[in-house]
Amino acid sequence: MSYSVEGATGPWEVVVGMEVHAQVISKAKLFSGAPTDFGAEPNTQVSFVDAAFPGMLPVIDRECVAQAVRTGLGLNAHINVVSRFDRKNYFYPDLPAGYQISQYQHPIVGEGTIEIELADGSARAIGITRLHLEQDAGKSLHDQHPTKSLIDLNRAGVALMEIVSEPDLRSPEEAGAYLRKLRTILRYLGTCDGNMEEGSMRADVNVSVRKHGDPYRTRCEVKNVNSVRFVMQAIEAEAKRQVDVWESGGTVEQETRLFDPGRGVTRSMRTKEDAHDYRYFPDPDLLPLVLDESWIAELKAELPELPDAKKRRFVGQYGLPAYDAGVLVAEQATADFYETVAAQRDAKQVANWVMGDFFAALNRTGRTVADSPVSAENLGKLLDLISDGTINGRIAKQVFEAMVATGHDPGSIIDAQGLRQVTDTSAIDAAVERVLAANADKVAEYRAGKDKLFGFFVGQVMKAMAGKGNPALVNEVIRRHLGN
Amino acid sequence: MMLTDLTLAAARSGLRQRAFTSRELTEAHLAAIEALNPRLNAFITVTGEQALAQADAADAALARGDERPLTGVPIAMKDLFCTEGVRTTAGSRILGPFVPPYESTVSANLLRAGAVFLGKTNMDEFAMGSSNMTSAYGAVENPWKRRQDADAVLVPGGSSGGSAAAVAARLALGATGTDTGGSIRQPASFCGIVGLKPTYGRCSRWGVVAFASSLDHPGPLARSVEDCAVLLGAMAGHDPKDSTSADVPLGDYQGACGRSVKGMRIGVPREYRADGMPEEIEALWRQGVDWLREAGAEVVDVSLPHTKYGLATYYIVAPAEASSNLARYDGVRFGLRTNGKDLCDLYERTRAEGFGAEVRRRVLIGTYVLSAGYYDAYYLRAQKVRALILRDFTEAFARVDALLTPTAPSAAFVQGEKMDDPIKMYLNDLFTVPADLAGVPAISVPAGLDANGLPIGLQVIGKPFDEETVFAVGAAIERAASFDALPTIRAGTAQ
Repeated sequence: MSYSVEGATGPWEVVVGMEVHAQVISKAKLFSGAPTDFGAEPNTQVSFVDAAFPGMLPVIDRECVAQAVRTGLGLNAHINVVSRFDRKNYFYPDLPAGYQISQYQHPIVGEGTIEIELADGSARAIGITRLHLEQDAGKSLHDQHPTKSLIDLNRAGVALMEIVSEPDLRSPEEAGAYLRKLRTILRYLGTCDGNMEEGSMRADVNVSVRKHGDPYRTRCEVKNVNSVRFVMQAIEAEAKRQVDVWESGGTVEQETRLFDPGRGVTRSMRTKEDAHDYRYFPDPDLLPLVLDESWIAELKAELPELPDAKKRRFVGQYGLPAYDAGVLVAEQATADFYETVAAQRDAKQVANWVMGDFFAALNRTGRTVADSPVSAENLGKLLDLISDGTINGRIAKQVFEAMVATGHDPGSIIDAQGLRQVTDTSAIDAAVERVLAANADKVAEYRAGKDKLFGFFVGQVMKAMAGKGNPALVNEVIRRHLGN
Repeated sequence: MMLTDLTLAAARSGLRQRAFTSRELTEAHLAAIEALNPRLNAFITVTGEQALAQADAADAALARGDERPLTGVPIAMKDLFCTEGVRTTAGSRILGPFVPPYESTVSANLLRAGAVFLGKTNMDEFAMGSSNMTSAYGAVENPWKRRQDADAVLVPGGSSGGSAAAVAARLALGATGTDTGGSIRQPASFCGIVGLKPTYGRCSRWGVVAFASSLDHPGPLARSVEDCAVLLGAMAGHDPKDSTSADVPLGDYQGACGRSVKGMRIGVPREYRADGMPEEIEALWRQGVDWLREAGAEVVDVSLPHTKYGLATYYIVAPAEASSNLARYDGVRFGLRTNGKDLCDLYERTRAEGFGAEVRRRVLIGTYVLSAGYYDAYYLRAQKVRALILRDFTEAFARVDALLTPTAPSAAFVQGEKMDDPIKMYLNDLFTVPADLAGVPAISVPAGLDANGLPIGLQVIGKPFDEETVFAVGAAIERAASFDALPTIRAGTAQ
């Protein structure tokens, strides 16, 4: 079911393209060799190049280039063997040189695609227009002094990848799925940590609306939205605003807008009239960036298995439903956790445990896979204890909760709490006899045809055995005693 | 003979033979600076104490046998090179009291070679000018005088006017300069000395205050071709800190100066003529051709058909790059700051007060040619023409080893002349600009005097990275011309 905004004149289609700025994971800045430690004291990660002192010159960092190439390969994109850096000129105190070095005309990565999956199980390929490398600016701090603005140049010159999509997205849901998928790919590649709250991944969203089948109308850019949820809200708010403008006889002007999450609206930041003329031109301090084909091939060979491939493998190798496989590969750490547990075990049972009790426990405790109290090894042991009959499924849940609470291994919890399953038929016989004797009326009803009471007897026997009875044996013994 | 009259090569021999010490040599130059700089204004900053300390260190090094290419040799640095701990102005007010916390690669190379730095020489503001009249630190007087009109104060050329005047007046044995449109060769021609612009990428631009990055060429000025060769050998070399620095081995420059030109093919480009160019420059050029022919070279006519677009191309590309390079002088981090009522006001006041008229003009031109709607017509077109100018040279160098032309269409002119019309001033660069646009090496060698007794230089242009041939041909001109005229104002002359 396609998404549309209902206006007075009928439904409107939403058209969305994204520009994502992803901070490159690298020890050094893009052109200065200065370190990039996040959260360092202000102005301690700054070289004379970053501060644009007279006579300072940029030299490209090889690792940043490698990260851009890896990302391009991960987006199934064309790698441009020759790319070039341009200067984008504008004055601002946190832009020391008065220009940002960026790739305007000849980006390092060309067209690619990202496959997104939607809640209804459908999938869509979203076009990537390009990826280019550029410098980040510093930060202006306006709240540190009553009358002065302070400048922190730690971020100035840090490498960013700007990843531009085609206007292929048609709903807030698709935009959210796109961002999450892009973040997954970047994290798999280790090229960006994808942390939107810390600003290492930032999204500019281009939104327009049109009647289905019409040509594109004017778009507005909603800048610097800092979470997936806000991106989705911003698209919804901006699309509604534009529909109102068109339907009230107005014209949507091309402009840059900001999303106010508190009020759930976008507001104008600058109009086309006061848009900068950036006076782009090739940076004469840098030669064209020429990549060696064999180096690209090397980087390609070293790429990790990416989420789409891993998902296909999980479906094939473990027999998982596509949806389950998709959930398990969304984070590399989860996928690794799953595979560690699933090795030599019942893959579907493992998937159920990981996606069920394990995820629920992480959610409840606010932990991640990385700092989970239950290690893959211990979860595996727990499942082994179920399959070898040491405990039954119900006790297993109890043991698991104890593992979450203590971080201990399941064996010691079972021993300490005496949870070992009873498989001794004489003990079960005794318990069954007691239960049946105490419930003679129910036994009569059962015999008169009230079959449903069988479950009641099982429950009573398990209760009498503190849950430790082997469920199969309990069933069998009851059945024998009831004579059927 | 005074120590200040020695060539750099001769002074170096004297130091190595202990005929005199570096302290004596340096003191002689500092004394000359003290006597003449108040008049010539060739230096913005004199680093006397530091020079003497370096001289003493050089003497100690020589005493223990540590002889480097320039050990103990006092030279001057154009004030565009950042020098650690020594104020660097770029001839502009906007840098204010800026003292770089780093040493440019070229000056560091020279220090490593043992050189003694006498100080920082005057220059057109941000190297924008051909007369040294745009300096915020006052004009420089050319030490040469007209025979007829000895009171007229002449310009030394620019932008490396302070370096050229200092070397000509014997205030330094040599100096560094930078050449973006002719800023080494034209002042060398005006001051009767030798100036070399090496191949683009030969000398690192790291630590050189940028004017136009794709055109800025650091290079030497000295009183002989051989002296320039010695200096280039010490300045040049691949620098990983400059992405445009070339990883091409250096040549034997000093050796090349003694090499014969016999059998070389020298091209004479027919386009190197200007309206109103004095006949004596034309005549000297013919003389130069004859000298080379007599020395055994084969002379051929060549055509560089896009030469006439050189100046227009240059005055689009250079201001475009400058407008961006100079954006960093915003009053925020270093240099001059003039506070205003808000951020824009701070920018405007700082830059209006900090930049002189010529710099403002070029920033405006550069901003204009890069603006939306004008970029294709100006900047992009200029880049295409630049490629054609380079192709002219490439095609010519398929047939010849070097080109011979005049350096400038005139001799030194009077201070204040040509100031009313920037185009007239820009025409000074007519013959020097093409080699900058193409990045090919070129040298100006003093070859004769005009009717007023003012020096005129001839220019030798060579193939990329073939400075050796440029030195060989330049030295042949130097030998044939046996130029021995002296400027009126020089060390030892009474003031």
